[in-house]
This record gives sequence, structure tokens and C-alpha cells, in this order.
Amino acid sequence: MISTKNISVDKIWKLLEEIADPEIPVLSVVDLGIIREINEKENLIEIMISPTYSGCPAMDVIKMNIRMQFQAHGLKDVRVIEKLFPPWTTDWMTEEGKRKLREYGIAPPNPRQQVCDSKLFAESEAVQCPRCDSYRTRRVSEFGSTPCKALYVCVSCQEPFDHFKCH
Amino acid sequence: MNQSLVDYTLYLADNALILGHRNSEWCGHGPVLEQDIAITNISLDLIGQARYLYQYAAELKKDGSTEDSLAYLREDHEFKNCLLLEQPNGDWAHTILRQFVFSAYQQLLYQQLQRSKDEQLAAIASKSLKEVAYHLRWSSEWVIRLGDGTEESHKRMMNAVDDLWMYTGELFQAASYELGAASKGFGADLTSLKSAWEQKVKEVFEEATLPVPTNVSMKYGGKEGKHSGHLGVILAEMQHLQRTYPGAEW
Repeated sequence: MISTKNISVDKIWKLLEEIADPEIPVLSVVDLGIIREINEKENLIEIMISPTYSGCPAMDVIKMNIRMQFQAHGLKDVRVIEKLFPPWTTDWMTEEGKRKLREYGIAPPNPRQQVCDSKLFAESEAVQCPRCDSYRTRRVSEFGSTPCKALYVCVSCQEPFDHFKCH
Repeated sequence: MNQSLVDYTLYLADNALILGHRNSEWCGHGPVLEQDIAITNISLDLIGQARYLYQYAAELKKDGSTEDSLAYLREDHEFKNCLLLEQPNGDWAHTILRQFVFSAYQQLLYQQLQRSKDEQLAAIASKSLKEVAYHLRWSSEWVIRLGDGTEESHKRMMNAVDDLWMYTGELFQAASYELGAASKGFGADLTSLKSAWEQKVKEVFEEATLPVPTNVSMKYGGKEGKHSGHLGVILAEMQHLQRTYPGAEW
């Protein structure tokens, strides 16, 4: 077994980049922006992750996958700790992650938080269709197949699509 | 151990769990697919919030409790949720009204708790607030859509108001542990919260063409563990598996 002392922080990030989000496998946990802190202690690696939505079942799977990934590389003393504050935001998603989402057919979150405005019947934010790039899209429902997504439809190409909502 | 902090945390957790469970009963029965998905997503958020709170309560109790034992192995008189949240789903109007009333309350409550002297409660509150903002906007829009909709939808909203309003007073009637929590600076002050809640209700009801009821005789008891028979039915279903097969996991 490799001692945790002999692994660089860079290598830890590389190992984490190989772990996919179980619900949106095109994104790694690093792309998602949930890895907040890595602490190397005496024979122990602590990884602080910030949960996305409170009830998201993917979080338990992600924690397990992180431990399994490190075990597979001979690193057994890894602790994954949930850090609630400051709360996760889509601002932490990487640009690379946004690009991968778009290619995968999911519209990425807009750069600025727009949705949590409490204004009722607000115009749905301008979300670009990931297929034809049109901005003539309309929100069907702000709740989708996973807590982080909303349902949209493109008026131009008529395709329905998921939008990773701002949070 | 700080008993009022434990009780206060359990109170917040029970509210989230019981409403989360009620909403989950809509799974597969929503009026249309998108709204079925919406109400069950809200359910998931609430159950997730309940988990953080139960985990924290278990940590404070230090008696071997776990998030699961607190949710699945307590008796109905130990639950502290408000009576409003255990009411049956009724029709869509009843479910919507209950959600709106509670989300408006929860948003104001968590806004105060963000500044709680207890760091963990403050962290859970700020995390949950983002989700509550969606719940409140969604339920407000539905109250307006139904209230200011057709004759039938308006009538149903009126019925929901008639059936549920008597449970709204309890949200603002402080239990002993809430007074303890407020005086020590980790709980919310319900008096200031109440006027802000009434203002929010008034705004949405006006747009929904619904009158805000006055002089309603309120029902209390849930916060002190005195529940209606409805909670027993919820617990019988929710706890059945853990009680029949203790420690079952999958």
C-alpha cells in the first residue's frame, strides 16, 4: 500500500477528475465544483465536498465512489467530509464542465444567478438551446428529472432539453 | 447537552420530514407529469433538509441515536411537527396551499436562522434557503393560478383555505424549546416573523382573489407532541419497514 504521504495534491485532483457524477456522467466531480478542499494529514487525506441539493441521492454515491477510487489506487486512509457552508453554487462549476454539458445536450447554468428571484411569473431566463443555439426557448417546468435541472423546449428546433439551473 | 437545541433541531427536522413524506405520496399521482415531478422534487429537498437536521440532532444527543433512529423509531408523541404538515393531501388545491403557507414560513425562518449563533443550524439554513426559494415561487404561482383561475379552481382554493387555515396559527405559537432557542440566540423570533409572513400571504392572496380569513379559531398541539390521528397513519407507513426488519438497508 502506498503511504498517503507520497502523493501530491496534484495527483489527488487528477484522481478526482476521473470520478463522474452518477446522474450526469459527462461531468466529473471536479467539473461540478463540489470539491472544496483537500487536506493532507499524517497518513490521512481529507476531502471536503459541498453537497449540491440537500436531497440529491447522487451525493451518497459520489462519496462512496471517491473512497473506491482512492482504494483502487492503494490509498485507503481517505475521509470524505460534507461541508455545508458556504452552500454550493453553480458559479463553482468549471468552464470545462459547462462546455461538456452543452455537448451532452444539457444547457449549462447561465453565468449569473437569475432564477432565485422571488418575483412571480417572471419571464423565464434566456437559456440557449444546446442543439441549435437558439435563444427562442421556453421553460416547461422548473423541476426536472434530477433536482439540479429544469425542463425547457426550444421554439426554433422544437426539441425539448434539460437546463442545469442556476443555484 | 443543550436540551432546547436538540428539541429545536428535531422540531425543524420533523417539519421537513413530515411535509416531505406527504408530498412524496403524490409520486405517480400528480395532475400532470411536470407537476408530479415538481412536487416530488420538493419532497426530496425537504427530506434532504430533514436528514441534515436529524444527523445534527443525533450528534448532539450522543446517546447512540442516528438520523434513521430519529426518523423511524420515535413514537408519534415524540414528533414535534406542526399539525398543518400532517394533514392529508386532499386535492391539488389543499396540497398547494399547505406548501405555500409553509414555504413562506420556512423562508422567513431560515433567513433568521442564517444568523443563528449555532453554526451548524446557520449552515443548514443557508443551504436550504436556495431550495425554499424555488418552493415558494412555485407554490405562490399555483395559489394565484388556481385562485384567479376558473370558478371550479377558485372554489377548491376556498375550500382548502377553509380546511387548513385553523392550523396556521401554530406556526407562530412558540413552544418552550423555541423560546429557549430564541433567548439563547440560536433560534428564530416568531413575533417578528409573523408580520412578515402575513404580508407575504396578503400579497399572494390579493393576486389570487382569495380573502385572507380572519377570526379563525386556531388548533395547536403538534409542536408539543399532541397530534391528530393522521400522524399515526403516516408513521405506520413510513416506519413499517424499519420496525419489521430493524436495521434493514438496501
